[in-house]
Amino acid sequence: MCLGVPGKVVQIMEHGSARVDVDGNQTDISIKLTPEVELGQFVLIHAGFAMEIIDQQVAEETMYLLKELLQYEE
Amino acid sequence: MKNDNKGYMQQLLQEIQAETMEVSLMEVCGTHTMAIARSGIRGLVPSNLKLLSGPGCPVCVTAQGDIDAVIELVRDSGITLLTFGDMMRVPGTESSLQEERSKGADIRVVYSPLDALAAAKSLPDREVVFLGIGFETTAPAVGITVEEAMENGIHNFSLFSLHKLVPPALELIFSDPDINVDGLICPGHVAAVTGVEPYRLLAEKYSKPCVVTGFEAVDILEGVVMLLRQLHQDKATVEIQYRRVVKKEGNLVAQATLEKVFQATEARWRGLGSIPGTGLELRRAYEKMDARKKFGVREIEDVPIKGCACGEVLTGKITPHDCALFGKGCTPLRPIGPCMVSQEGACAAYYRYTPLRD
Ligand code: SF4
Repeated sequence: MCLGVPGKVVQIMEHGSARVDVDGNQTDISIKLTPEVELGQFVLIHAGFAMEIIDQQVAEETMYLLKELLQYEE
Repeated sequence: MKNDNKGYMQQLLQEIQAETMEVSLMEVCGTHTMAIARSGIRGLVPSNLKLLSGPGCPVCVTAQGDIDAVIELVRDSGITLLTFGDMMRVPGTESSLQEERSKGADIRVVYSPLDALAAAKSLPDREVVFLGIGFETTAPAVGITVEEAMENGIHNFSLFSLHKLVPPALELIFSDPDINVDGLICPGHVAAVTGVEPYRLLAEKYSKPCVVTGFEAVDILEGVVMLLRQLHQDKATVEIQYRRVVKKEGNLVAQATLEKVFQATEARWRGLGSIPGTGLELRRAYEKMDARKKFGVREIEDVPIKGCACGEVLTGKITPHDCALFGKGCTPLRPIGPCMVSQEGACAAYYRYTPLRD
């Protein structure tokens, strides 16, 4: 719940939303909490909202960590 | 573990292993709980250095009475409840949301509060309640959702807020004479929203060093080393280890949203009791969307779960291994307390990564 999921903004849409690519899957999120985000930037997503703009390296290490933590899920 | 970090990690570990002081450091974030357990760091640090898990898992800190109140609410057949998946299996006094759903209550799991708003739009004849849970990382998203519901006149949408604030609850941890914490490993993502100011105030008021730390093994080791160095130098200030993400001022838009939509209120925490100013309720302007008020939800007293020591676990007074039910009556498949339900709970993390030694 605390750890955000990293995604890359592939399209900025209307009404404060954007399409992001999360590990190869595309999904729509709200960018109302990071209105300054630009196409091609990476964001950390919590509960369907971009919470922070991050760089590619952080995005990659967060995805790596998430996979590591979640592989133990039953 | 990434190879390029290995040498540096070794160096950090050596510094930690050379530590001879008795030190207890507490982390207050479910992801830290998982990451520390997963990394095996606890097994590598000397026995005089304790890494405690505090009240960092939002599901775990939810009071029993609050869960019972939600369960009472969903028994009303006109209500559709939406919430995050983690809440479904949390045991109430006599039932859980999962059990209520199997008995016919309309309860749905969503990933985002916006999904709950969409559900309210598509079910105009039902009262759609979003059960909001989480700390500063989730509450702004819920705040935006409430604003959107208001702007679009979605009157059948309401929020049951179990949202809580981390820094004010830490005051209690720091001032409890039974809880022995020398320094704080602060939650990276909460600080990304709040900024470091609340932690600076805490560090100064209680003379305890605070380091905002990331989630990789190397981050955690570095955070621990930064805390130890402050302790040796008799310093108590806030530092940011997780500079890659956390800005000193935090996310100002998120802070403004919290401020606009919510006000601080008293909240009940499992293990800590009622603490003024640590919960979030909707402000007057949004009151019509406050599910507790809208449906006259009553306060239900906390009935402790028999034999479950989650309260002590959540305050770092004991480790999950000290609970007599750990791994015996209580496992992730058959959890007795919430700390075993949520994957971010300390008991679940210990169960997965640090099983009991005989
Ligand atoms: S092991 Fe189970 S019963 Fe014991 S404290 Fe943890 S959740 Fe509660």
